Amino acid sequence: MNSLSFSELFGYLQTAFMETFIMVGISLVVSVILGGAFGMLLFSTREGLFWENRWVNQISGVLINIIRSVPFIILLVLLLPVTKLLIGTSIGPLAACVSMSVASFSFFARIVESSLNEVDKGVIEASRAFGVGNFNIIKGVLLPEALPGIYRGITILAIALVGNSANAGMVGGGGIGDLAIRFGFYRYQTDVMFITVIILIVLVQAIQMLGDIIAKRAERK
Amino acid sequence: MSEIIISFKNIGVTFPYKGKEIVAVNNATFDIRKGEVFGIVGTSGAGKSTLLRTINLLQKPTQGEVFVHGRNITAYKGEELRRLRTGIGMIFQQFNLINTKTVYDNIAFVMKSTGKTKEEIAKRVPEVLQLVGLQHRSQSYPAKLSGGEKQRVGIARALANNPDILLCDEPTSALDLENTNAILKLLKEINIRLGITTVIISHEMHVIKKICNRVAVMSQGEVVELDDVFAVFSRPQNAYTKQLVSHTLDLELPLRPACKESVTLKLLYSGDTANESVISDTIIRFGVKINILLGKIEYITDKPFGALIVQISGDTAQIALAEKYLRENVYRVENVIDYNI
Repeated sequence: MNSLSFSELFGYLQTAFMETFIMVGISLVVSVILGGAFGMLLFSTREGLFWENRWVNQISGVLINIIRSVPFIILLVLLLPVTKLLIGTSIGPLAACVSMSVASFSFFARIVESSLNEVDKGVIEASRAFGVGNFNIIKGVLLPEALPGIYRGITILAIALVGNSANAGMVGGGGIGDLAIRFGFYRYQTDVMFITVIILIVLVQAIQMLGDIIAKRAERK
Repeated sequence: MSEIIISFKNIGVTFPYKGKEIVAVNNATFDIRKGEVFGIVGTSGAGKSTLLRTINLLQKPTQGEVFVHGRNITAYKGEELRRLRTGIGMIFQQFNLINTKTVYDNIAFVMKSTGKTKEEIAKRVPEVLQLVGLQHRSQSYPAKLSGGEKQRVGIARALANNPDILLCDEPTSALDLENTNAILKLLKEINIRLGITTVIISHEMHVIKKICNRVAVMSQGEVVELDDVFAVFSRPQNAYTKQLVSHTLDLELPLRPACKESVTLKLLYSGDTANESVISDTIIRFGVKINILLGKIEYITDKPFGALIVQISGDTAQIALAEKYLRENVYRVENVIDYNI
């Protein structure tokens, strides 16, 4: 097995980067929307809150826990039929997005729930005392106050997705992590592994910094 | 007698706790009059905050009825309840401002829910900020304000919708003494200028004494005493109230040995008698010596209320006459027991 030339490696890296970008980007958007909605549902149906409903709360909680209990690799395989139905194929970066989104929206739902729970109940009570309706309290108080926490949650989510995307190689998703595994782990090309890992470190670091800046700005302190 | 604005009828609030019922408020029945500053005082856990919250139904009573402006509001829901609440301002111990909104937007937020236009809001916000002396802080975020300033914003927000009732839930408990006095002064000014009925709860008699007209004393969920603040201070009836008042007046003497040829009295004098020279009269009339051990004059809602602890010595018969004279001419006289060593 020959070692890769620099231009070959560069080509591989370019494709891998694109694939990672697609997988992380799409899954991130899907899980922020779905997870955000579920997180709001979990929070607002809690005892003493806007739409207190024990049944809805318990059932959605259990559902989220079930998804979160399944190891990602197993979820990837389990969801193959669903992926085929949705995308038309069960391999490639787009296919990987399905199971990545399912795994991470459940994770993000809990992050949103706990960020919302961090919001000072006194501030919500004050708004109720002034006759502000539930919808306006959510829009004007709850979401803005929880936003710094939610931004931090999105940062955690994005980084977890970069990690998950490496496993997506199982279904031919590709990506930087997969490149590291294929060349570095299976072919003993330590230099390729080294470069890709460094790229991953830089990528994760960049996401974290960006997330911190955005969260800080939302905090207004 | 002025008009009644809030009326509690047999209010009871219980909370379920670990299978048992915890009684927070028990059988509270009293009225609050239009335009007065009404205090509710008691230790933490006495149920005062719970009772206050039944006025705008943040707490639903489990028993009894609350009347506001003569209407039974106990069963209010939805739109009706929202409309009631926009007519009642409220301030909180922890201020409860929205951290991610500026001072301006915090106030604008509670106005929007009443359907006010942008122009109306833009006109009203500077008005209420002016009222609390914070017009220059309009674009600041709460994190940049001091505790006293935060409470001023809280007051401005509470007044934004022109309420005729202002509920104050321990408004000064998170503030230092200087800010406490400034906020109390502001609340009193607002009460006088706008005629807004103010209900204030506190665990400190100091707060009540400063601004209230009448006070209800609560202990273990029950209203144990209710009267003019001055009357409660000068003639506390209930044992718990007596304790509260004596803590506030702080008239404790250090332990002293008893002296045979003297008698020690606590003289309480109020309003009308406070300015008379009873002490010097007594000395001249009966030829006794009067030694002042401790003296204090408090102003309770602008009326002087004084307390002196005096030791009278001299001829035993003359002491008895002097004591009799004092009892006739001073508002109230109590014997101070000295300890025999």
